[in-house]
Amino acid sequence: MNPLFELAFWGVLIPDTVFVTIAVTLLLTGLAALASRRLKSHGLSRWQTVVELYCGWIRGTIRDVFGEDPTPYVPLIGTLVLFIGFCNLLSVLPMVRPPTADLNTALALALVVMAAVPFYGIRRHGLWGYLRTYVRPHPLLLPLNLLGEVTRTLALAVRLFGNVMSGQMIGAIMVLVAGALVPVPLMILGVLTGLIQAYIFGVLAAVFIAAAVQVDVRRHKEVHDG
Amino acid sequence: MMDSNTLLSAISIVTAGLTVMVGSVAPALGEGKAVVAALDAIARQPEAASTISRTLFVGMAMVESTAIYCLVVALVLLFANPFLG
Repeated sequence: MNPLFELAFWGVLIPDTVFVTIAVTLLLTGLAALASRRLKSHGLSRWQTVVELYCGWIRGTIRDVFGEDPTPYVPLIGTLVLFIGFCNLLSVLPMVRPPTADLNTALALALVVMAAVPFYGIRRHGLWGYLRTYVRPHPLLLPLNLLGEVTRTLALAVRLFGNVMSGQMIGAIMVLVAGALVPVPLMILGVLTGLIQAYIFGVLAAVFIAAAVQVDVRRHKEVHDG
Repeated sequence: MMDSNTLLSAISIVTAGLTVMVGSVAPALGEGKAVVAALDAIARQPEAASTISRTLFVGMAMVESTAIYCLVVALVLLFANPFLG
């Protein structure tokens, strides 16, 4: 879509999404490595304060969803929220299309969540215990459970893609129809929407993982209580 | 006499408009209901405001995603219509 970052090798077109994604990944990895290089418990530097604020916020959010120790889930969900939030903020830069405005990126991120659900589920309950959750209310519901796995992944991807892409497109149409400075309020709204969507993506990932991890715990408790 | 491509384009444009119309009215009503319920709850229990507003945000994004699906369908009809030659 953006010819500035496009490359063609032997007839294979590499879109700008690939380059922007790689740049964002390198930038965030470098920043994280720099920020966590000299951590200390007294006399915090500015960077460490920022990192600790972010980690504390993510931990608190995940703890609210899970109701248990959030440590195993913080790396995945924290990285997802950080990456998506940063990508969505790129929509204010001219000539750069946020990678999340490409359905491929959004789908890839949703597939990561889809793969993380059985990973954490199997880690907690074992393979057999996790597979049993698919037939849990009744074996007749197995196709619906499988279908739900696919559709919620698709919904996760299309939600992120649609929100970011529509913001971009509204800005472009406004420039076309009205003029240079008219889309600025819409872009500010887009920044808000982008950050909220990153948060939503993280919370939904946490909810999906929690549903796979805690399903037997709750049932067990009910059996014991009743 | 219109050829089939023109007819298909006209129908696609009208359908895209209808999709966005219906698909934005219904989620708007749903979101309104959600906000009313959340404000009610916050007025009753101001100390639970943070939990309620967080749940409200997530729920609103879920409701709003139906509108986004309609928008995506409309954009596919307009810009990536698979039936237009």
